[in-house]
Amino acid sequence: MSVLDGIYLLLGLMFAAAAWFNLHDRTNPRHLRRALFWALYAATFLFGSWLPPFVVGCLAIGMGLLAGIGGLGKATAVEAAPAQRQAAAARFGDRLFVPALLIPLLTVAGTLLLDKFADGWVAAKDATLVALGLAVIAALAVGLRMLRQPAAVPLAESRRLLDAVGAVAALPQLLAVLGALFALSGVGQVVADLVGRFIPVESAAAVVAAYCVGMALFTLVMGNAFAAFPVMTAGIGLPLIVKLHGGDPAVMGAVGMLAGYCGTLMTPLAANFNIVPAALLELPDQNGVIKVQIPTGLALLLVNTLLMYFLVFRF
Amino acid sequence: MLALIGVAVVVLGFALRLNPLLVVVAAALATGFAGGFDVVTIVSEFGRAFTQNRYMALVWFTLPVIGMLEKNGLKERAHAVMARVQGATTGRVLTVYMLIRQLTASLGLTSFGGHAQMVRPLVAPMAEAAAENRYGELPDGTRNLIRAHSAATDNIGVFFGEDIFIAMGSVLLIKGYLEQNGYVLTPIQIALWSIPTAVAAFLIHATRLWWLDRRLKRELERQP
Repeated sequence: MSVLDGIYLLLGLMFAAAAWFNLHDRTNPRHLRRALFWALYAATFLFGSWLPPFVVGCLAIGMGLLAGIGGLGKATAVEAAPAQRQAAAARFGDRLFVPALLIPLLTVAGTLLLDKFADGWVAAKDATLVALGLAVIAALAVGLRMLRQPAAVPLAESRRLLDAVGAVAALPQLLAVLGALFALSGVGQVVADLVGRFIPVESAAAVVAAYCVGMALFTLVMGNAFAAFPVMTAGIGLPLIVKLHGGDPAVMGAVGMLAGYCGTLMTPLAANFNIVPAALLELPDQNGVIKVQIPTGLALLLVNTLLMYFLVFRF
Repeated sequence: MLALIGVAVVVLGFALRLNPLLVVVAAALATGFAGGFDVVTIVSEFGRAFTQNRYMALVWFTLPVIGMLEKNGLKERAHAVMARVQGATTGRVLTVYMLIRQLTASLGLTSFGGHAQMVRPLVAPMAEAAAENRYGELPDGTRNLIRAHSAATDNIGVFFGEDIFIAMGSVLLIKGYLEQNGYVLTPIQIALWSIPTAVAAFLIHATRLWWLDRRLKRELERQP
């Protein structure tokens, strides 16, 4: 079992605690559904490394059906009273920031250290994830000591926040599944062929515009610029911009990817960036963050297209 | 063309505001069937990808800490700190945060930030507090607008900073893909060409945050 597996086990226990609290919460008439949802999610973390993929698939589909048909009811856990929070804030002062800032600082430090020294027991690609996990554990230990809180408080509070986020908590993972099935069924190639069919290839400007806008559009549909890049670059970037018009591949690649990021700003399919924060910040509109990002996304897409047009044929 | 049925399900489902989990599960299954695979293969692929992407849920691992701090007045404290900063406005707070996020991301430190770790407990309360200190209690619509801008600023900062770092996954993806196709580049060439967009992103979004300040002033400033 790797270190990362250990962190997934702890995460599973956290989801299991959320299920437990909901199971005993009679104020939500749908408390059993909510408890079952978190229990299924907990199971994918507690046993996910050992269960056959088919079983995990059934659990995940079950979560989708549970949330989608009938719903999980309203979140009932309430925040501590404002007066109590004010009093605690006055008592602890700026010390409250210490555990909060420890998470990003230790994650950064841990990533750098694990990259260097953890050959063998933490895979390089997992360094940031393991560092984040360890940073949270350290921040939790510091926070519990500093604030003299009972150990049940962090679990009850994580249940409150998880319930506030709701089923959307699992959406990024389900969208990654969708991406995998898109790849399995060759959706990317079909979209690239469609885009490729409509471009006047002899115009350098049209080719650049098609590539940049295509990257953004493809990202809108797939939710991920990394999925769009190989497909659009094979379909338009390399054959038309580089080979036919003599463009520079470095400029094309760099600016093309960033044009894709403009699409990421505008799609609900990039749930971890767009839908999850709307839930975390308890916005009434699920698309609230996207709406704010659209003007910047569009303006920047135009800038990227112009940048590529003026730079790609010059170097 | 049949393969696109999943895309259609997603677009329609999101447009009709159906439950996003249900939409995505339906689209994934439809795509698998359209691709001609049998149930067992599809559900197994479903489970395999779900397990493989468990790392996406690690963001929730921060919640016990964040929740405990919130219970003990973290947001209230962030609020009090902003009251001491002269000349702070929502737009300025967010512009400074965007700059920090872009600069740290360009050094490869993308984990310095994030919605659960930084935006909810610190950035959004500070941005809200900056407006409250000027205009008093905020209407819900304004509060939500400021929160949405806080999340957006985090995204824009990290998206358009990270590609300047030569060892970033996206830079390596570009390099690797072009190399497979016979164009050998160094990561630094790709990172270099990400700088103009990074500058443009900062200028565009900082301007929008300045407009946000003007809008807040126009909407909230009471006549003496």
